[in-house]
Amino acid sequence: MYAQMIKSEATDEDPEKLAAFQARIDAGEKIEPKDWMPAGYRKTLIRQIGQHAHSEIVGQLPEGNWITRAPTLERKAILLAKVQDEAGHGLYLYCAAETLGVSRDELTEMLLDGRMKYSSIFNYPTLTWADMGAVGWLVDGAAIMNQVPLQRTSYGPYARAMVRICKEESFHQRQGFAIMMKMAEGTEAQRRMAQDALNRFWYPALMMFGPSDKDSVHSAQSMRWRIKMNTNDELRQKFVNESVPQAKLLGLTVPDPELRWNEEKGGYDYSEPDWSEFFAVIQGHGPCNTDRIEARNKAWDDGAWVREGMLAHARKKAAVRVAAE
Amino acid sequence: MQNEWPLWEIFIRGQHGLSHRHVGSLHAPDAETAVRNARDVYTRRSEGVSIWVVEAAQITASDPDAKEAMFEPAEDKVYRHPTFYDIPDDAGHM
Repeated sequence: MYAQMIKSEATDEDPEKLAAFQARIDAGEKIEPKDWMPAGYRKTLIRQIGQHAHSEIVGQLPEGNWITRAPTLERKAILLAKVQDEAGHGLYLYCAAETLGVSRDELTEMLLDGRMKYSSIFNYPTLTWADMGAVGWLVDGAAIMNQVPLQRTSYGPYARAMVRICKEESFHQRQGFAIMMKMAEGTEAQRRMAQDALNRFWYPALMMFGPSDKDSVHSAQSMRWRIKMNTNDELRQKFVNESVPQAKLLGLTVPDPELRWNEEKGGYDYSEPDWSEFFAVIQGHGPCNTDRIEARNKAWDDGAWVREGMLAHARKKAAVRVAAE
Repeated sequence: MQNEWPLWEIFIRGQHGLSHRHVGSLHAPDAETAVRNARDVYTRRSEGVSIWVVEAAQITASDPDAKEAMFEPAEDKVYRHPTFYDIPDDAGHM
């Protein structure tokens, strides 16, 4: 979900090898970095894990926006810890992607020049403090929906990264919900701010799961390979079912007049997001796409002298050590 | 880019007397920085009290294609396990 619209790569290898590979996956075995794998599996995973990693890294920006303006020192410390976690999650995932034979710098370059994507959600601005609540509650909540099943994905390093991430993600969602509770119980202006944040983040959060199943063309192969565990609509429905009662608990209204409990399916009927907006955001036309990529490019360029300097220092020290031996 | 920092594999020992365990990897220019970065990346919630870092290029691993030749010989040696032996209950805990 931090990975959207991942195109599955076709594979044209020896059918016997492919069948043996599929049998391993069907038996619940984990595929490890040095094991034989179809080229399509490798390529699709690099794209998926890479996009997931980029989302964690770019995801620091909308929240980093509020670190210096957090309302209390405690909130500031919490937000810093959360943003630091996102950096950590990005690093776990980059490492998992690198085991597939792509380098960290290649991944970074592909993000910076737009060849690789990150989740559409991070192209929306965070306008008020209540957005820190809505992001933690809804955005991290939606991420958890997708990441929990991915702990059982077929690729070992990806599954292990997911286990670490899921352990930390619950803190993210709870701190967000706690912000929303505080705002919803506050003054009328604070309550309005919380409602406004929910209004703005509800549909972008629903978009995180990717297009509707009827338009999702890449799912079948990825599901056979167990690198996608549920369909987009399954996860979206689950997310709606969990979030609606939480909004009620906050005394806030989900901005969907069509929202109704459907006894028959045991879930809510809800309005789909505006998919034309989703595709526009994915293609670079969201409110913050340009800012986000500019910020990442600036960080990369401004950090170049540090990376080069530290490497030069390490090489010099190593040379001195060799000379002394 | 040939100026990428080398990759280090990170091992952490938790508080409860277990061995160091592989937790992941990271890039760093040298071993000292790798240890410092490992603290921030892998022990933000008291996961460990000791860190080892090993440059990934220095690790020699068994060949996954030779898995059977390597590990199958252990599979038919059931007598290496205590449950292979039928001992009467009267003998007490053994």
